[in-house]
Amino acid sequence: MKRLLVILEKEFRQVFRNPAILRMVLVMPVVQLLVFPFAANYEVKNVLLSVVDHDHSSYSQKFISKITGSGYFKLTDFSPSYNKAMEAVESDKADLIIEIPAGFEKDLVKENKGAMLIAVNAVNGTKANLGGAYAANIIRDFNSEIQMQWIRFPKFNAQPTIEVTSSNWYNPTMNYKFFMVPGILVTLLTMIGSFMAALNIVHEKEVGTIEQINVSPITKVQFILGKLIPFWIMGLVTLTLGLLVSWLFYNIIPVGSIALIYVFGMVFLFTLLGVGLLVSTYAETQTQATFVSFFVMMLFMLLGGLYTPIESMPEWAKWITKINPVAYFIEVMRMVVLKGSGFADVKVQFFSVLGLGIFFNTWAVINYRKRS
Amino acid sequence: MKETVIKVENLTKKFGDFIATNQVSFEVEKGEIFGFLGANGAGKTTAMRMLCGLSIPSSGSATVAGFDVYRQTEHIKQNIGYMSQKFSLYEDLTVKENIRFYAGIYGLSKQVIKDKMTSLLEQLQMTAEENSLVKSLPLGWKQKLAFSVAILHEPKIVFLDEPTGGVDPVTRREFWNLIYEAAEKGITVFVTTHYMDEAEYCNRVSIMVDGKIEALDTPRNLKTTFNAGSMDEVFLQLARGAKRTAD
Repeated sequence: MKRLLVILEKEFRQVFRNPAILRMVLVMPVVQLLVFPFAANYEVKNVLLSVVDHDHSSYSQKFISKITGSGYFKLTDFSPSYNKAMEAVESDKADLIIEIPAGFEKDLVKENKGAMLIAVNAVNGTKANLGGAYAANIIRDFNSEIQMQWIRFPKFNAQPTIEVTSSNWYNPTMNYKFFMVPGILVTLLTMIGSFMAALNIVHEKEVGTIEQINVSPITKVQFILGKLIPFWIMGLVTLTLGLLVSWLFYNIIPVGSIALIYVFGMVFLFTLLGVGLLVSTYAETQTQATFVSFFVMMLFMLLGGLYTPIESMPEWAKWITKINPVAYFIEVMRMVVLKGSGFADVKVQFFSVLGLGIFFNTWAVINYRKRS
Repeated sequence: MKETVIKVENLTKKFGDFIATNQVSFEVEKGEIFGFLGANGAGKTTAMRMLCGLSIPSSGSATVAGFDVYRQTEHIKQNIGYMSQKFSLYEDLTVKENIRFYAGIYGLSKQVIKDKMTSLLEQLQMTAEENSLVKSLPLGWKQKLAFSVAILHEPKIVFLDEPTGGVDPVTRREFWNLIYEAAEKGITVFVTTHYMDEAEYCNRVSIMVDGKIEALDTPRNLKTTFNAGSMDEVFLQLARGAKRTAD
């Protein structure tokens, strides 16, 4: 025990003497939380629109003004032909083309039907999907407006419609920041956990001081605890900072218990530090450790449900998320912060992360050798 | 009354087909300065790592400070000091902090650490530098400090792996004075080196060629046996027969 204190004293001194680590723990989270939530936004606005109007009628004008007035589209190009409009798409001046054929108004009035073409640049899949869907929605809307006008004296409503109204629970204004901020907090802890401790241990290998430790009576458990505890504490500092920033700048106050967030955070950090430790027992240089940690981290993040919902992943990817501590923590963070879930609600996630932590740490301790 | 502190019999380490250390046998007495010589890649470091408990031997037997290198490595570690080829102090800690750390992990009490620190800093004339970061010190100072730190817990044996590499002649001389002082206190010194003038300072010298010990005696006897004027010549005569090239 006394020896562990000696080791911890040394580790803390080294951490506080290293400005890079302090910046990573204190500055990076604040900056990321201030920048990311604004940039990482699912809403699609400013879809660049090119209109090819062969009709030039009052209906086509009406339609164009309706679509530009929706706020989702920005009319950047008026082309005389579809080919010209394609040129605009190719030079990235437009994302979506709407072609209104000649005789659009005439067909609409006489034959009670009209046709138009929507072509979407699907290089950016999300933008294309949502843009296309918005446009289709507006057309449907336009359609029913016209019908309303024409059926002046309805004897009966020929087309009964069901109108769907939805109410958004737990995030009533559908504010994306409420959704993103808790998730981003988790990614910050992930970086500290999986990167920093790993690099620290491998650094000792590189400069050779680990040899000196290995010929001393320090046991491997003491050495490992000496490395993990400082980063574990720093992770909790980052978590605190992150919660403060989300309260001060986004007015996000966890609906659920803050204590639960901390307890979960502690277990999560234990798990992630285990992953970092495992990487460090295999890597010989900091470069190797960086690449491997980065790979693992990307995997954890992309399959963590921060950017893309886990529910829409294929079956095999869902299985991977079951061994991904980041996915559990993001889920729990959102549940506790937005919905106010209690421990009973997150029990499964809690024990899953704890189990993963025991697994990774045990593997790492077994693989760490004082002798070869 | 002689006391054997290192006893090695047929110690062998294989890495796949490669036999790094081949059936090495020798004994080292208490308080002796034992020179362990050999060209690069001759197997010195491997042998030393086995004795320090860092590497498990493939076969043969050895005891260090009375403890077995297979089963009692943790006891060995409490009783030895070690200074490696690579620099073994923490560069981002001060002189004082390094001393306190290494003394602390061997379980020395606060008061003992304090007393030792004062006398050590005086002996090395580094009192003025006690709060400087180790990285700001010249290499020679670092090496002397590393040696002093390695024997701070008064081990029975100290292993030095090329401790004076890259150090100027004056500092090397000072370094050897520290070694003599340690030996007088009864600490056995096991040292590898490439400097043949340093070999002359040793009580006994062994010379390894291709994983085997080809010669082991006092420097004086070795020179007589090989009919050589200096240890340099002795070494060249033996090392010329080496098949292995440096690793």
